[in-house]
Amino acid sequence: MKLYLKIWRQKDASSPGKIVDYTLDGVEGDMSFLEMLDILNEELVSKGEEPVEFDHDCREGICGTCSLQINGEPHGPDRLVTTCQLHMRKFKDGDTIVIEPFRAKAFPVIKDLIVDRSAFDRIQQAGGYISVNTSGNTIDANTIPINKHDADEAMDAATCIGCGACVAACKNASAMLFTSAKVSQFALLPQGRIEATERVQNMVRQMDLEGFGNCTNTGACEVECPKGISLTNIARMNREYLSAISKG
Amino acid sequence: MSLIKSSLARKYVMALSGLFLVLFLILHVTINLASVFSPDFFNEASHFMGYNPLIQFLMQPILIIGVVVHFIMGFVLEIQNKKARDISYVKYKGSANAPWVSRNMIYSGLVILAFLALHFYDFWVHEMAYKYVEANPEDPTRYYHETVEKFAPFWRTVLYVVSFVLLSLHLWHGFASSFQSMGVNNKYTPGFKKFAKIFAVVVPLAFAFIAIYHHLNPITL
Amino acid sequence: MGILDSKIPSGPLADKWTKHKNEINLVNPANKRNIDIIVVGTGLAGGAAAATLAELGYNVKTFCYQDSPRRAHSIAAQGGINAAKNYQGDGDSNYRLFYDTIKGGDYRSREANVYRLAEVSGNIIDQCVAQGVPFAREYGGMLDNRSFGGVLVSRTFYAKGQTGQQLLLGAYAAMNRQINRGKIQAYNRHEMMDLVLVDGKARGIIARDLVSGKIERHSAHAVVLATGGYGNVFYLSTNAMGSNVMAAWRAHRKGAFFANPCFTQIHPTCIPVSGEHQSKLTLMSESLRNDGRIWVPKKKEDAIAIREGKLKPTEIAEEDRDYYLERRYPAFGNLVPRDVASRAAKERCDAGYGVNKTGEAVFLDFASAIKRYGKEKALTSGIKNPDEATIIKLGEEVIEAKYGNLFQMYEKIVDQNPYKTPMMIYPAVHYTMGGLWVDYNLQTTIPGCYAAGEANFSDHGANRLGASALMQGLADGYFVLPYTIGDYLSHDIRTGPIPTDTKEFDEAEQDVRNRMEKLMSGSGIHSVDYYHKKLGKIMWNKCGMARNAKDLESAMTEISELRKDFWENVKVPGSMDSKNQELEKAGRVADFLELGELFAKDALHRNESCGGHFREEYQTEDGEALRDDENFKYVAAWEYTGEPKDAKLHKEDLVYENIELKTRSYK
Repeated sequence: MKLYLKIWRQKDASSPGKIVDYTLDGVEGDMSFLEMLDILNEELVSKGEEPVEFDHDCREGICGTCSLQINGEPHGPDRLVTTCQLHMRKFKDGDTIVIEPFRAKAFPVIKDLIVDRSAFDRIQQAGGYISVNTSGNTIDANTIPINKHDADEAMDAATCIGCGACVAACKNASAMLFTSAKVSQFALLPQGRIEATERVQNMVRQMDLEGFGNCTNTGACEVECPKGISLTNIARMNREYLSAISKG
Repeated sequence: MSLIKSSLARKYVMALSGLFLVLFLILHVTINLASVFSPDFFNEASHFMGYNPLIQFLMQPILIIGVVVHFIMGFVLEIQNKKARDISYVKYKGSANAPWVSRNMIYSGLVILAFLALHFYDFWVHEMAYKYVEANPEDPTRYYHETVEKFAPFWRTVLYVVSFVLLSLHLWHGFASSFQSMGVNNKYTPGFKKFAKIFAVVVPLAFAFIAIYHHLNPITL
Repeated sequence: MGILDSKIPSGPLADKWTKHKNEINLVNPANKRNIDIIVVGTGLAGGAAAATLAELGYNVKTFCYQDSPRRAHSIAAQGGINAAKNYQGDGDSNYRLFYDTIKGGDYRSREANVYRLAEVSGNIIDQCVAQGVPFAREYGGMLDNRSFGGVLVSRTFYAKGQTGQQLLLGAYAAMNRQINRGKIQAYNRHEMMDLVLVDGKARGIIARDLVSGKIERHSAHAVVLATGGYGNVFYLSTNAMGSNVMAAWRAHRKGAFFANPCFTQIHPTCIPVSGEHQSKLTLMSESLRNDGRIWVPKKKEDAIAIREGKLKPTEIAEEDRDYYLERRYPAFGNLVPRDVASRAAKERCDAGYGVNKTGEAVFLDFASAIKRYGKEKALTSGIKNPDEATIIKLGEEVIEAKYGNLFQMYEKIVDQNPYKTPMMIYPAVHYTMGGLWVDYNLQTTIPGCYAAGEANFSDHGANRLGASALMQGLADGYFVLPYTIGDYLSHDIRTGPIPTDTKEFDEAEQDVRNRMEKLMSGSGIHSVDYYHKKLGKIMWNKCGMARNAKDLESAMTEISELRKDFWENVKVPGSMDSKNQELEKAGRVADFLELGELFAKDALHRNESCGGHFREEYQTEDGEALRDDENFKYVAAWEYTGEPKDAKLHKEDLVYENIELKTRSYK
């Protein structure tokens, strides 16, 4: 099939960017979206032009590196997939596809379609861990039984890949789904309860400092999340935070 | 003010003030419905609300504060949220992942704010002038026909009804959303969401019904 | 034994590690504050090592090419992590895990290392649970286990199909805690370009900031390489697009021996190649072989009809199916080790029984598992005399709970519903057992340069068992390297900070600049990918699942020619002083083009078949691998001397004191 691509090109963080039009022929349905871009880049390189830079790594939907806003949606029109798992069979011959970087003040563009998501790292550094030493000198793993339901829910929250689609989709560029997923994972496990009060406050403080917007419960994040992280995590974080600040 | 430094605390403020306004709406619609079914009860209730000192000097300021806080916080959030995406998308398909109402609370809110200005002018300013400026004596029977007369002009009735539609949209998202903001999301939530949507339709519908009813049934002397 | 001293402690096998820990030198806490360590790579091994070293008090700098340590490719490991906990009471023990690993590796790994791995395996699970890793649990609240290929017990702990992700996020969280304390400085989007040696010791690295293009110097008292494997030398593999051998290869060029490069694991259950555009291969977890049955049609005409789309797999009668693993290996069936399963798939496809358009795919069928689970579920839910449809519905629910995310992934990629029609799978390059040679302390042949995780030649011999990579990465990172490195660093407590304004750093930086300039000055005929794909084809066709001397010889020549062509004609647009992904790729492919040749050379010299290394000349009558313990019971460690083909072989003889060498049989 033949596609008309409108791609955001930007030299570096300090330069202005713009949409550039490309036409690409010979795209097949079995290709992933990124393989389609590979072909475009191969063409650009052979013409001596600079290829379109985009973030990607594992290409199997788990590393969370790929991060494209495709036709107005993070990771494109398909559900529960990352851009690398989006296949071209979701498009048809003659389609126009607008490809932009994830947009948020807290995610500045580095080049073309690549954004800086280190804000997410800093939120995790503020408290997204359990403060135990890695010496291995701890209790046996089966000493504290954990209710299967809680363990499963913690796992569901923990599947977040930190791609930033939630921020990109949110009209407020809010990072609540991301932050709440980590807060939830630990809040649900007995090991994580010990520091729960400080953790939620520290992580929320960092999230606010990074310049993400406020949550207005539109639910766009949940719909666009490639891992299906649930809004119940945000509610849980709201609860955790309320109880933390009421404890003072 | 440290409370509202955090984005979550701002959500709590928004949610709690909103829920408070929802409670007020229930009271308001109940009394107003009386104007259709029992003018006498309506007069009685209105008089009570207008002259009970607890209502007048405690509840009324709280209500006004609630309204003001809800609106100011709404604006603050909106400004911050706009800032959080300094460069906008060339193409943004909000409809793909979130309902229109949830994305446009600021607009439904603004219409409601404009309506409130009119509504305050229509009733509250008039009432304050009647009671405190003109210092008229208490008249427990005047409320019913004052209300009905207000809806005589076609334009006002239309403005009211349009505003109620926007109120419905605002509630459609806002009512259930305030519970999510307060951290309530459990097995009852799906059921509650349905209730909140029914509420969001029924209450504004009742208000609209009252306005239209009075417009169509003027008091003939 | 001269230069290849593996430094294995004396004494009984089970006491070696404890004894060693008691005897090695320690650095006191006050002195640790004055010692800097560089950790390159932030996957399970690197992330765990960085966190633990920082926790012990060292100053740690981490480097990763990804935008965050959390994205290292350890994250993609699906199935699980082994540990000899014996929670299932099925007779598991440290010894059994040790034995299984040695046997699974076809007797080409070190006894002492593997025993240590088994010994600390249980601790890993304790540690991870304490960190908040949400492992799967049973209804009673205890940890659940599943079984993996090549073993007869259930010792694999898992977190849905995302075990690697959860373990990596655990290590990343431990790192974050240290970053927050200021004990780790994380350099993300940075690539190590070269290792810097001062007086023969590893004292720093030259790194490139991938965003600004700036070349940076970083010094330290020791350098840890935890940069993963080199499977991407095949171009198509289950590795991440960015996975590369650069750090290890740079160290190799500076004097670190490269061990057993030809030991590569071809994973049997991957989604088959769909066309020329393919950029990478996707793994379907080995755990699927717990319930999936692998087959091809018995009749060639059926296979042809399926390839042409005239016949559906579900239309082939039971008696016309060849469940070839169950047929050939009745004891282990579909759960034979990876190398065996892969070769068997290749054998069937080469014989003309492949089932997709390219003829390179076999079926992985869940129909009977769905029925089995459906019946079980109907029984436990009290449904009497359930009809076929109910059984299938219930069975599908059970399968979904177990493998839902994998099935969904398959459907997204292939556009077929694996609940209704069998999956198609084919082997793909997955893991490299070879790597930098290290001694018992995980030190390479360069003093002060350590290698951990997949980057070292590891504990897996010639073939790695499923769910053992995560175990080894974390064992190295959390429990081995942080202690053994202290022995070396104890001599550095008076050294003080290592300056970077020295001749050695000047030269190393200049070398890096020259190399990049040379890459950018190619005539510009072909893209980097063009060369990478060509290299991949040579590797897959001649150094893949089955190898022979003639092909390996020609592979060496072809790779050498391709490398020459690459340096003359590669086209790298853009500039050195900015973000430039083509330049990044070019540097990596340049090193693959050297490694590939050494790989072929190693495979050529090893005149035996063992584990993942199958030489067609050395097989039994029924096509099983024929090992030669007399002549090849050693680790082949190669010393760089200029051209890969001239690499010098050093042998580390493998001594088996506790295990009797046997022909590996899974029949």
